[in-house]
Amino acid sequence: MSEKTTFAQEVRDALHHALSSDPSVLVFGLGVPDPKGVFGTTTDLQTIHGEDRVFDMPTSENAMTGIAIGAALGGFKPILTHQRLDFALLSMDQLVNNAAKWHFMFGGKRNVPVTIRMILGRGWGQGPTHSQNLQSWFAHIPGLKVVMPALASDVKSLLLASIFDPNPVIFLEHRWLHNMQTDVSTVMAPAKLGEAKLLSRGDAVTIVSMSYMTIEALHAVSCLKEQGVEIDLIDLRTVSPIDWTKIEKSVEKTGRLLVLDTGFKQVSIAGEIITHIIETSWQHLKSQPVRLTAPNYSESTSPALTQNYHVRADDIVTKVGEIIDKELNCQQLIDQRSSLHDVPGDWFTGPF
Amino acid sequence: MNKLLAQKLSHSMRRIRTVEETIAERYSEQQMRCPTHLSTGQEAVSAAVGEILRKTDLAVSGHRAHAHYLAKGGNLNAMIAEIYGRVTGCARGKGGSMHLIDESVGFMGSTAIVGGTVPVGVGLGYGLKLKGEQNIAVIFLGDAVVETGVFYESINFALLKNLPVLFVCENNQFSVYTPLEQRQSTTLDIYERVAGLGVMTEYGNGNDVVEVYNKTKNMTEKIRSGGGPAFLQFDTFRWREHCGPNYDDDLNYRETSFIEKWRSDEPIARFEKYAIDTGLLKETEIQTNQIEIEAEVNAAFEFAVNSPFPHADEASKHVFAEQHIKG
Ligand SMILES: Cc1ncc(C[n+]2csc(CCOP(=O)(O)OP(=O)(O)O)c2C)c(N)n1
Repeated sequence: MSEKTTFAQEVRDALHHALSSDPSVLVFGLGVPDPKGVFGTTTDLQTIHGEDRVFDMPTSENAMTGIAIGAALGGFKPILTHQRLDFALLSMDQLVNNAAKWHFMFGGKRNVPVTIRMILGRGWGQGPTHSQNLQSWFAHIPGLKVVMPALASDVKSLLLASIFDPNPVIFLEHRWLHNMQTDVSTVMAPAKLGEAKLLSRGDAVTIVSMSYMTIEALHAVSCLKEQGVEIDLIDLRTVSPIDWTKIEKSVEKTGRLLVLDTGFKQVSIAGEIITHIIETSWQHLKSQPVRLTAPNYSESTSPALTQNYHVRADDIVTKVGEIIDKELNCQQLIDQRSSLHDVPGDWFTGPF
Repeated sequence: MNKLLAQKLSHSMRRIRTVEETIAERYSEQQMRCPTHLSTGQEAVSAAVGEILRKTDLAVSGHRAHAHYLAKGGNLNAMIAEIYGRVTGCARGKGGSMHLIDESVGFMGSTAIVGGTVPVGVGLGYGLKLKGEQNIAVIFLGDAVVETGVFYESINFALLKNLPVLFVCENNQFSVYTPLEQRQSTTLDIYERVAGLGVMTEYGNGNDVVEVYNKTKNMTEKIRSGGGPAFLQFDTFRWREHCGPNYDDDLNYRETSFIEKWRSDEPIARFEKYAIDTGLLKETEIQTNQIEIEAEVNAAFEFAVNSPFPHADEASKHVFAEQHIKG
């Protein structure tokens, strides 16, 4: 048995590695040096790297984003952490009007290498303002890269790629991924932002997915495989830019597309991918492309109102059945569930 | 101070504490499935301000709002049911502990984003001024709120328009695990910095309900008579973890001497000792009172757990209003 590590530890390792290898890297955000260390992703970093480079901040998200931009212009590589994406909404002005445009509006004179980590909440009463997956907002803005890791084995290389990318990168970590396990590995292939990853191969349907949805998709894919349905599963990893080549090639082979998205349906990344494929690969499509997303309303607090809110593995299996017009069984996926629908596992007992 | 007021203050503080501690006790049952920020130890500010406010005054708050809601007269059953995610909750289970509302008593809403309701409170104050009924808008805020930009923008507008707005800052000296001095310059205290903006300010011990009462009363009278906005800072101390039912002092983010100092000067015992010593209240009265409060609180929990969950169809409701709700 090889040694295990978690998604959260991998994030921490990436930050530690960046701080160690480049003196211009700074890490700050609410709670960064506190005893919980942002769900274990920043533990001990201040002790190791000092208070000048790793620090807590006032509840001033907009100003601190501008300050990160200024520090970046001055030669640093700041990494700003938000415990929820919802809190970072206060900084949209700095992100959109300054970070995203600096390089463009000054004719390429200077770039802004900031990384903004935002955590995406879900379930267990997070409610309307602690659970928003607004990746499409950021992806809509020219000049921002948007990274959405899914696998614990991927997150470190993706975060390092984000930190050392010359552009502003929005790095979206789903809270339900932090406890995911992976083997400790010594070799690490550096990730390239904009490159998706093929997680399984098959001819039946192309499934394109992101972040936590990829975990549900992996369960669905193995259930489908047992029933003789082979899937091309593409984990996007970055939702801006999108790896169009990989998706187009896969659809060329399968002719069928299902896109999964953690965000609201309306004006979603999923909608963008389907539109793109219709534009580029119409002739290869054997059936209508479809998407499974969160609905067009906010997540409520009461567990009674979140029961059918999120897409789960069995929904994916059912949808694939519809696409290929085949009776498929997903009971096994439902039976496997040991915890309530609003938690990622029994380890999660709230509050965040 | 008179006997009736002493009774009311003691009752209000005990009621808030009993609610908060009952939540803490029952939280591990995993039926209250939402982030919950308790005000145990901070009851004095809410109790005193709540006594002074009229039903027609309006109030808003943030994530730690149970005490503010209750002190303003918010329905207890509806609050507990909301935390339990039931359809009888004050927001029909949609918002949970961090989204309380009882418009029938002027509690206009609490929300979860730090600073989010500050300008909303000022907007309510603008409306009150236009209506000219001498009501005031109260904004409850924590010490971290003065780190947000919107706080200063809101104060500026409240001053510009001379609005009847009272900012009540409960300074429990921590934002989650982070002490004030790691977030703000402490050369000047919060109220001193805010005074520099031109707003009326006052400062006091937030664990001393009499002091809070007197200073708030004085300030609300000035506001009602057209004096413009005011900012009150009351220092206090939260007993339990930032969010959730437990004590977390094992994490050592607050000095033991600091904890002991504040715990030994807790608002209810402090006030009741004074009230008994001065003959305002009797020990037996307090005990009877407590028994009644416990019965009321237990009944509220009974109400909540026996209430139905919202029907699944409600999940998609209320995205848009179908018609104009209220003027
Ligand atoms: C804009 C924003 N940033 C961060 C948070 C996370 N958060 C929730 S409560 C809190 C602390 C607020 O401290 P304070 O205002 O002093 O109130 P207290 O919790 O001490 O009552 C923080 C940082 C948030 N809800 N909103």
